[in-house]
Amino acid sequence: MAWTDQEPMVSIKDVRKSFGALEVLKGVSLDVMKGEVICIIGPSGSGKSTLIRCVNALNDIQGGSIRVEGQEVNDPDLDKLELRKKVGMVFQQYNLFPHKTALENIMMAPLLVLKEDKTDVEKLARSLIKKVRLEGKEDSYPGELSGGQQQRVAIARSLAMSPDVMLFDEVTAALDPETVNEVLLTIKELAQDGMTCILVTHEMAFAREVADHIYFTDRGVIVEHGTPASFFDEAKDPRTIEFLGQIL
Amino acid sequence: MNNSNHKIMPVMMAPRPRPDDRFQLQSWHGYVLAAICVAAGVPAAFAATDPGQAGMFETLLRWMPLLLKGFIFNIVISISAMAVGTLVGAALGLGQISLNPFVQKIAWIVTQFFRNAPWLVLLFFAMFLLPFEVKVFGLTIPLPDWLKAILGLSLPVMANVSEIVRGAIQSLPSGQWEAAESLAFSRTQVLWRIILPQCVKRMLPPWMNLYSILTMATVLASIVGVSEVMTLTGQALAAEGGRSDLLIPFYSFVLLLFFAYCYPIARWTVRLEKKFSVIT
Repeated sequence: MAWTDQEPMVSIKDVRKSFGALEVLKGVSLDVMKGEVICIIGPSGSGKSTLIRCVNALNDIQGGSIRVEGQEVNDPDLDKLELRKKVGMVFQQYNLFPHKTALENIMMAPLLVLKEDKTDVEKLARSLIKKVRLEGKEDSYPGELSGGQQQRVAIARSLAMSPDVMLFDEVTAALDPETVNEVLLTIKELAQDGMTCILVTHEMAFAREVADHIYFTDRGVIVEHGTPASFFDEAKDPRTIEFLGQIL
Repeated sequence: MNNSNHKIMPVMMAPRPRPDDRFQLQSWHGYVLAAICVAAGVPAAFAATDPGQAGMFETLLRWMPLLLKGFIFNIVISISAMAVGTLVGAALGLGQISLNPFVQKIAWIVTQFFRNAPWLVLLFFAMFLLPFEVKVFGLTIPLPDWLKAILGLSLPVMANVSEIVRGAIQSLPSGQWEAAESLAFSRTQVLWRIILPQCVKRMLPPWMNLYSILTMATVLASIVGVSEVMTLTGQALAAEGGRSDLLIPFYSFVLLLFFAYCYPIARWTVRLEKKFSVIT
């Protein structure tokens, strides 16, 4: 039963999720292969953020199945910590730890969770700072960084755990327009390096450029999906067409 | 420009001058107020002194070393009660956010019970319910009144610290928990490495406030006979034959002692509050 990378790295099947009486996800299915980049788009309140928060068990689900490298997430005996070592996540509000410097933010998890050697971790953290183009900001506190810089630190912090999948939850939605591109560039480079990525985004041009596959959600279901070219140019469902008409 | 991120991220902000700043109380206003109160009391006290008796300041000066010793005892009681109350209260506060519903409920009940009880009643409870000595493994440990007073006063401190800790933890944005959890931190690691270090700043001003209140409440111990400054003042006045002209100078002196100790703490708290003021 061992997972191989011929199977989907993340396999979501008929997932249902409710907050009280409100059903947010009404049977959502999608597969992500290793190295694939998928974008989930849709109007707010359509359940896209909830969906990716279920992948690393920040939210539990009421029905269906989510498998990450073959490991079932919808399982009361799930080892959440083991799952989260494989799945990185970046948030809309960055959520850096304000009492730690940029470098310390990146180093904390490998040191405390993976118990790696401090010299190695520091070397890794410095190389990640370089990768996200923040040399010189190692000792800055989050409060001293711009939104775009903070978000890139948050990406580096997540990468420091060497995850197999990265989840991006509207990571540019809180940014000033001029800093959006620096964050998108970082994600694009990550995607080109072969990282498996699931993005929830409102950046249509970006989705079109980096995604292998685009999913459109509305009211808790996937309405339409396809490659960027077919999705943007040959959308068939009236809801998709209406949404794209408003956005583009 | 999208400014919504500024509302969520805790950012250290310099205190912004408000339009009514020129009407704000300054530190020296407090000292002036105290001086006026003392000065106003002096003529009244002089008028009451009979000729032929020792001057009241002379008398006060004679008793001053004893009263000071009594006041130091008040400080010792306050620091000890604060230490005990903080230790137990912090544990109780963590209990209040426990995932174990039983622990959480118990911690909540204990906190609410002691937070909503009059301090004096708790002090009486400690005084009269605790034995005067306890036997542990054949060892007899005496429980003097001052020790019982410390325990009695530490109960409301404990309950208030518990609420301060719970409030500070719950005031942090939930994103801090989520970010730490998605990095595979365990709950204990999240709490001790991420949440609590950020809480210390938020907890310090209310904690110091509580300490000021506690210090002023230590005089309650005089009612149950502990030889702190109020008890000693009463005894000194009695030894002077109950001279009514001594009442104002003696009690003014006690007031001044507390003012001199607590007012700087209050000012310091205000300064810390400004320094740590966060926008969340």
